Amino acid sequence: MHDSHNAGDVQVPIGPQHPSLKEPESFLLTLRGEKITSVDVILGYNHRGIEKACEERTYVQDLYLIERICGICSHSHSTAFVQAVEEIAGLDIPKRAKYIRTLVAELERVHSHLLWLGVAGHEVGFDTLLMYTWRDREIVMDLLATLTGNRVNYGINTIGGVRRDVTPEQAEEALKAMEKLEESTNYFIELASKEITLIKRLSGVGVVSNEDAVKLGAVGPTGRASGIQRDVRRDDPYAAYGELDFDVIVDNHNDVYGRTLVRVKELKESFKMIRQILKNMPDGPIAVKAPRKIPAGEAVSRYEAPRGEDMHYVRANGTDKPDRVKVRPPTLANIQVVAHMLKDRYLADMPIVIAAIDPCFSCTDRMISINNLDTKKKETVIWNKIRLMGIEHYKKQGIDFTELNKKFFMV
Amino acid sequence: MAGEDKIKQELTERFGYLKDAVTIQRERRIIVESPAANFAEVFDYLVNKMGFSGLSAITGMDEVTGFAVIYHLTREGSIVLNLRIRVPRENPSIKTVTQYFPAADAYERELADLLGIKIDGLTINHHYPLPDGWPEGQYPLRKDWHNSASGEQKD
Repeated sequence: MHDSHNAGDVQVPIGPQHPSLKEPESFLLTLRGEKITSVDVILGYNHRGIEKACEERTYVQDLYLIERICGICSHSHSTAFVQAVEEIAGLDIPKRAKYIRTLVAELERVHSHLLWLGVAGHEVGFDTLLMYTWRDREIVMDLLATLTGNRVNYGINTIGGVRRDVTPEQAEEALKAMEKLEESTNYFIELASKEITLIKRLSGVGVVSNEDAVKLGAVGPTGRASGIQRDVRRDDPYAAYGELDFDVIVDNHNDVYGRTLVRVKELKESFKMIRQILKNMPDGPIAVKAPRKIPAGEAVSRYEAPRGEDMHYVRANGTDKPDRVKVRPPTLANIQVVAHMLKDRYLADMPIVIAAIDPCFSCTDRMISINNLDTKKKETVIWNKIRLMGIEHYKKQGIDFTELNKKFFMV
Repeated sequence: MAGEDKIKQELTERFGYLKDAVTIQRERRIIVESPAANFAEVFDYLVNKMGFSGLSAITGMDEVTGFAVIYHLTREGSIVLNLRIRVPRENPSIKTVTQYFPAADAYERELADLLGIKIDGLTINHHYPLPDGWPEGQYPLRKDWHNSASGEQKD
């Protein structure tokens, strides 16, 4: 993560703990003029000692703790953890429970990808896209609240199954929601495929070749946008995915534009899966009884979170507390890729490039700092300032979202 | 489970010392217990000759009698092979695998920071994930380390 610096380079620190950063991140970028020559990533500000805390708590307490690693990938972490524990305990989870877990999983992916689309729009100055996507996202949030009682941190899992059932009325509501969301998403896909300003802005930015993506271990939509044919749902099926029909979206643009296409198309696949789940939901119980003490053993559980592969390892020792819980969230795998993406690129691209890996720093706890070598001074630059600088930079090149914002606001 | 059986067969045939060390836990899950001294050749063979081109994570843990380090390797994103080595508590050290997987930098630094395992071949400039200024010799993930805030004694 550390590159060498030459004299004449400028280093600009961004972060940590700056009020305009959504999550604490420290990026140390070395600049020569407007170009980034190297990137140092300093992570750890969000480290909360969760793995250690898990060893001092029971499995049930850990289920609630782990779910709160992240607000957007909460179900991902909760499910990955509970699957590992259930495997060690040799529990046979009812099919209906697996289907409900998968339903919540795909709804989480939908709200996460819509959120991302809005953030991406915001980072490049296309704020009406942010308004539209986050408006539509409310449909999913309301649905999740109806199904689970909460918008995030659903608490749907228990060791042995799920805690709430889906009623026919809720299923009906969900199907109606899918119709609305599909309509919106078709519009976003059209936007992504035809709106020249957006295409120009996102193309050729944050480029990672397939070879580099493989070498650096890129996961999720970030990896798939560079041609990596990997999705845990298909390659290492869990929950109900083995019984669902869906496509893994892979793109070869190798850039932020590709990452956008992958995510919007994944939304369609999620709707497809949700409809199948609701149509084929098996009858039966929603949980089996789980022992308080989990027998000695170990398991690796993998899950395709919205951001990519989430891996949990659990080791049990026959007591009611785990011996070891290891969590490797997807953003940790992608952070290396970001450093590579930023090198030899323009500072103006930094916000969208980082945003394009859909970073979840709560999961990963990472930071990046930038130092200015030209003036030999360390400067702390607000993220928002660089975002606005990027928008201005591209306006000068004729890529301007002002008219688009006005036009879509009128619709 | 043809794939998993083939992997087991190939490994045990190639490395005699792994004869009883390969367990197929279930489909897509294999555990290999390797002597630490043989780690380099087993790892290299798995990655370069057997198609384990993915490293999901490296898990370190304190087993009291020593430390265990598990490399969670994947093949085609599907089969997970957990390669475990054990190192003694006194001067624990492992070789870096960043030459195979640059992303392992983060995973190895976690082992260094949280367990105090030395990473041979990796230059570590600052803490991760612990904050700057974290006191020397304090390794939170060790079993004998307790958070004083929770009321227990810190060793």
